[in-house]
Formats: sequence, C-alpha cells, structure tokens
Amino acid sequence: MENAAVDTPKFRHRHLLGIEGLSPDEITLLLDLSESYVEQNRQGDKKKSVLRGRTLINLFFENSTRTRTSFELAGKRLGADVINMSVSTSAIKKGETLIDTAMTLNAMHPDVLVVRHPDSGAVKLLSEKVHCAVISGGDGSHEHPTQALLDALTIRRRVGRLAGLVVAICGDVLHSRVARSNILLLLTMGARVRLIAPKTLIPAAAERLGVEVFYDMTAGLRDVDIVMMLRLQQERMMGNFLPSIREYFRFFGLDYEKLANAKPDALIMHPGPMNRGVEIDSLVADDFGRSVIREQVEMGVAVRMACLELLGLQPPTEMGNF
Amino acid sequence: MSVKLSDPLGRTAFVNARLLDPATGLDKLGALLIEGEAIADVSPSLFRSQEGWDVPGGIRKIDCQGLCLAPGLVDMRVSLGEPGQEHKGTLASAGTAAAASGITSMVCLPDTDPVIDDMSVVEFVARRARKLGLTKVYPYGAITKGLKGKELSEMGLLAESGAVAFTDATHAVADSQVMRRALDYAGTFNLLIVQHPEDPSLAKGGHMTSGETATRLGLSGIPAQAEVIIIERDLRLAEVTDGRIHFAHISTADSVDAVRRAKERGIRVTCDTAPPYFSMNELAIGDYRTFTKLSPPLRPESDRQAIIEGLQDGTIDAIASDHTPQDEESKRLPFGQAAYGGIGLDTLLSVSLELFHNEYLTMLQMLDLLTAKPASLLNLPAGRLEKGLPADLFLFDPDTVWKVDAHRLLSKSKNTPFDGRPVQGRVIRTVIDGRTVFEAASHGVPS
Repeated sequence: MENAAVDTPKFRHRHLLGIEGLSPDEITLLLDLSESYVEQNRQGDKKKSVLRGRTLINLFFENSTRTRTSFELAGKRLGADVINMSVSTSAIKKGETLIDTAMTLNAMHPDVLVVRHPDSGAVKLLSEKVHCAVISGGDGSHEHPTQALLDALTIRRRVGRLAGLVVAICGDVLHSRVARSNILLLLTMGARVRLIAPKTLIPAAAERLGVEVFYDMTAGLRDVDIVMMLRLQQERMMGNFLPSIREYFRFFGLDYEKLANAKPDALIMHPGPMNRGVEIDSLVADDFGRSVIREQVEMGVAVRMACLELLGLQPPTEMGNF
Repeated sequence: MSVKLSDPLGRTAFVNARLLDPATGLDKLGALLIEGEAIADVSPSLFRSQEGWDVPGGIRKIDCQGLCLAPGLVDMRVSLGEPGQEHKGTLASAGTAAAASGITSMVCLPDTDPVIDDMSVVEFVARRARKLGLTKVYPYGAITKGLKGKELSEMGLLAESGAVAFTDATHAVADSQVMRRALDYAGTFNLLIVQHPEDPSLAKGGHMTSGETATRLGLSGIPAQAEVIIIERDLRLAEVTDGRIHFAHISTADSVDAVRRAKERGIRVTCDTAPPYFSMNELAIGDYRTFTKLSPPLRPESDRQAIIEGLQDGTIDAIASDHTPQDEESKRLPFGQAAYGGIGLDTLLSVSLELFHNEYLTMLQMLDLLTAKPASLLNLPAGRLEKGLPADLFLFDPDTVWKVDAHRLLSKSKNTPFDGRPVQGRVIRTVIDGRTVFEAASHGVPS
C-alpha cells in the first residue's frame, strides 16, 4: 500500500474525536495507510521523517500505559518531537481548568494533541480551544477511535474484509468507549454487531444503535466471526452492577465451552489490559491460533502513525472562540 | 406420618373422585391413575364401566366416594425457620403441617440463618427437604447479599443451584437504584423478583394500619400508602427495565388498583395475597391480640372487599399462606413489642374455601389461585392433573366443619390469627410423588 493520503488528502476532518462522522471511504483510507506502516514497523529501521519538526503532545488526564506508549512510538517513528503530559484528575477542577490547560498548551504551538480524559465530551471541548489537530485517546464512556481502527485493521488483515462479518462485543458495554467506537465503525463498514452482557451492563436503548442485544452468551456467540471481549472494571462493578467475579465468569467469561458456539475460526480480541479469569479464561487468551490480542497492540502503533500523518501535517487554523 | 422413600411404588387408581383441575377447567367425576411417581392417566371415562369402576388386577384401587381430588396446593410464600431458627419451625414440622393441609409444594423465604444468598444454603435446604419426603420445598434466593438491600446476590448461580425466584423476604428493597439494578440483572436470566411492598421508612415504628382503630387503641400506625408507594415505584422500574415483578401479600384497595392498571398497560407484573387479607380486617386485633399482628397489617373492611374483587377479576394471581412461625416468647408481649406474622400452612385450604362457600369464587377459580397459577408463575412442575407430571395431589371434603384450635395445629409454632374460627374443608389424603404422605384418621374432626 502506498501513502495515498499524503498525495490525495481525502480526509475532511481537522480532528479525530471519534468514529462518528467518518465515512466508509475515510475509514478505508485510514486503514490502508495504517497497513503500509505495519511492514515498516517490522523492519530494523522504523524511522520516517514525515512529521520532522512537528510537535506532538500526549495529554493524558487518565492513567494509560499502552495507548500513550503507542502514540509516543508512532510520533517518534514519524520523526515528530513527542512530549508526554500526565495530568492527575484529582489535581484539576474540570471544565474551566481544562480550557486553561488547553490554552496554555496551545500557546506552545504544538501540531498535534493526543488527549485522553475521563469525561465524555472533554476532548471535543478542548479541541474547540486550540489551533492544532486533536486526536482522541479516549473520552469517558464516549469514544476511543484509534482502538476501533486498530481492531478493524486487525480483523481486516486476518479475514480480509469487514463487511458481512458478525462481531460479538462482550462485557461492560455500559461504560465502554471501546464498544461505542467499535459499534460505529463496524456498522459503518457493513458488519453486524451483537452485544453480549448482563442486562445491568447494556446501556439503555442499545438496540437503537443498530445492534442485536443478547443476555445469554451461548446464544449470542452462535456463529459469530469475531469475539471482542471488554475489560471489566472490577472496582466499580461488584455489588452494584454484578454480584461477584465468579458469577460473572460463569455466565459471561469467555472460555472454550462458550467459545464453541462461535465459528470454528472465530478470532478472539481484547483491548487490554486483560483480567484473566474474570472476563476471559487464560487458555483462551493465549490460544495462538485464534487470539489476536497481541496483534492488536502491534496494529495500534501503525494505526496511530496513520492518524498522526493524516492530521499532523495540516497548517494551524486561526480560530476565534477564545 | 413418616414417609419411606424406599417403598416400591406400583400403580394406584383413584376412582369415583370429583376431579378438579383448574388448568383445564375439568370438574367431573372420574378416575386418576398413578404409576410410580407420576400421573399416568386422568379422565372422567377412565376405568368407568356400566356397573361402576373397573380397575384391572395389579392396580391398587382407592374409592374416593365422590370427594374432591385436586392437584396439590402450591404455597408460594412460607417462612421455615430452618436453618437458624429451629425453635420456631423446621423443615420437618412445616412439611408435616403442609402435607396435612394438601400443600405438596412450598416456596421458602431466604430469611434463614444463614441467609439463602449462597449456593450452599440453597442446596442444604433442597437436600434436607428431599430426605424428608414430605411437602416439596423450593427456595427463594435473596435479591441482595444478607438481605441488606445493598449488593446484588449471585442470582445466576443461585438459580442454577435451584432458587426459583428472588426476594428479600420481609425486607423491601428500599433503594430505588438497587431495585432497578436487581430487576435489570434478574432480567439477564429471565428471573422473577418478588417484592415485599412496604416502604420501610413509612412503616418504621408502626404496629397496625393507620386509622381510627389504631388511634382508639393508641397504637402507632403504618399508613396504607406505605404499600402502594413501593408498588407504584416498582411498576415504573419494571417498565424501564422490562423486568418481571411480583408483589407479595398485597393488602390494600390502592395496591389492587395499581396492579390492575399496570396489567392493562402491559407491564409484566403479578401479585399474591394471603388468607388474612381477604378473611379478616383490622377489627380482629380487638383487645390487642398479638396473633393478629401481621406484616402487612390487617386493613379496614373496604380494603378486604377490594382484595376479594382483585381475586375475582384476576388482578391477584395467587394465594399464599405467608406462613410466619413465631414462638410464644415473641408473641406474649405488649402489642407494640410483639413480633409480626402468623402461621398459615394449617389453615390455607380451609380459609381459602370461604371464598368458595361465600360464593365469591367457584371451586376451580379458588383452586387455580392455589395451584396452577403459582406453579406457572414460578415454573414449577406442579399444580395440574396432567399426564406425566409428578403425582402431587390431594383428596379433600370441602364441607367438613371444624374449628381452628391453635394448640391442635401441626405447625411447631402456634401463632395463628385464626384461632377459634369455625371453618370448612378437611384434607383426607395427600400424595406426593405417588406416595401417600398424609391420611386423615377419619372423615370427621381429625384427632
């Protein structure tokens, strides 16, 4: 795949705040460009100079290791200068201070801001206050677009397509930004999506998103092509949304018995970090033939390189609104 | 009466019986054949010949003399005392009392010690009851751990090990968010939530229903609204979660009205009531009779009438005994200090038969509320005279007159609110899984 995007910018967006609003062509463009970086990342010399002289700031208001590292690596491999800023949320009063932070950073003339924030909509708010491109690294329970893109790339490389596949997203859909971005992307690309979770973890009116909802994992996994597990945040679950880990694992943990209902070659995915023995059985997670969990991490860097390249080369905008 | 589970079961024919099967509307003279533990055949023409009843050799024949043969009663609300409060009641004492009253299945509350919020307790109760071979016991699981109203119990695992539905027993789930999540979570497995509808903060400190009688007696009152407030709230929550909700022992006109309207709206709601609420009113408290201190409290006469109407028009789906044994020490106290609750197994049939004798309900309608309907609510293989089902049935004479005498009842605790009441209807024989577990000494007043 060649770097079509640089020559023919068909990407109409200033920021990447979510999958919502992206057309199938734009998603395909991003995936095609990502594809070209997969091979490059496997070579000894991984460095390009596409973003030389550009500044990338990773602004994380929430703990993250893999997403931040992935963006950092992506920026460096494209030749950008990368700064990591972790802002502990307890130290800031949200809202006003978020805007103050944005304006402070903006004054330093970055070219791309990657932002993760525990509040839904916070990345959008910040994007309105800066002159550079903003890429969401995840906002609250809203969206995590680069995760959905790397999941799509992983599937596409393995299966060869997205259209027509049946994808089951299992677990804490209620709180999951990964689930929301994946639903949007997969439906946009013509896949069918099922949600599988206890009723307490399915958001209201989920069917209105265009998905099928299952409370019985055995039924939900029947003949699916892809099984996407979500991470269960144990601390906020127990007693409130779920009674216990052992009950969750019994009914909604992915083990071979439940997996037997999926297609024999169904892929197993997980955005990480995994809770082994909670949402996924260790044996399944480590199943070389079917688990693509480590491949997802690899695709993450390639996808983020593509996003940075597409958005990082734009000239700064003059905006009012300050 | 002891039951030897090892006794071989052959074939037994009950002939010349008035077959009563509410599920099919059958009310005809006929015969029923039991083979082993199951009903093998039932029909008005079975074994019928010109001369009478022609039963082939090798089949034991029991002539019912035209008495009523009905599916065993299914009592969906019983407090057992075991494990934890064996001085009040045990599985054996309740099983004996229930069998003698035609009750072949009962569903026990989880307010035991330990609470039935763990698989091991479900299995303990089920195993103990099976060994006794008396009335079958199906446990409710707790909605919340320790019945504390805060954290959800392991409903999925509890249901797998045998819990038939979920309730916090005599505690209402007061927190709206917890109740909503409970309905949602139960919906995952299509399980039924049974609520004790009484707002605990309104009921706190109250000893009888609010109103004139309470005022005259100088007893602090529980407003009738405490019941309907929880019902109305839970109906909204059931609507938002599309959950299945059942209200236990409803007792007021407003509750009947709320459930009736909710059913019209298509909400998945059911409810039951207990004999005291259609057969007594608050005046029964009389001179501070603590055996009539119940939860919910006895209500004014207008509420009693409304409960009967609810039974007549199908708003109320079942009658349960609400059997709550209390030892003498808990009841021989000033009214304000006495414990709530009354035993109900011994009088369930006879007091319910008043609905038939007073012509509020037909015999089949009355039996339906005690058999097929509760069984179908809880998906129990019971409550019908149907080929292939376990042979759980009882023979009774609806007309025998007797007087309730607390000290002659079989329940271990004697706290019946019906003490001294003349009633009609006696059980002649009770059969569970094909075995006779109770047989009356004579057709008159039992010894």
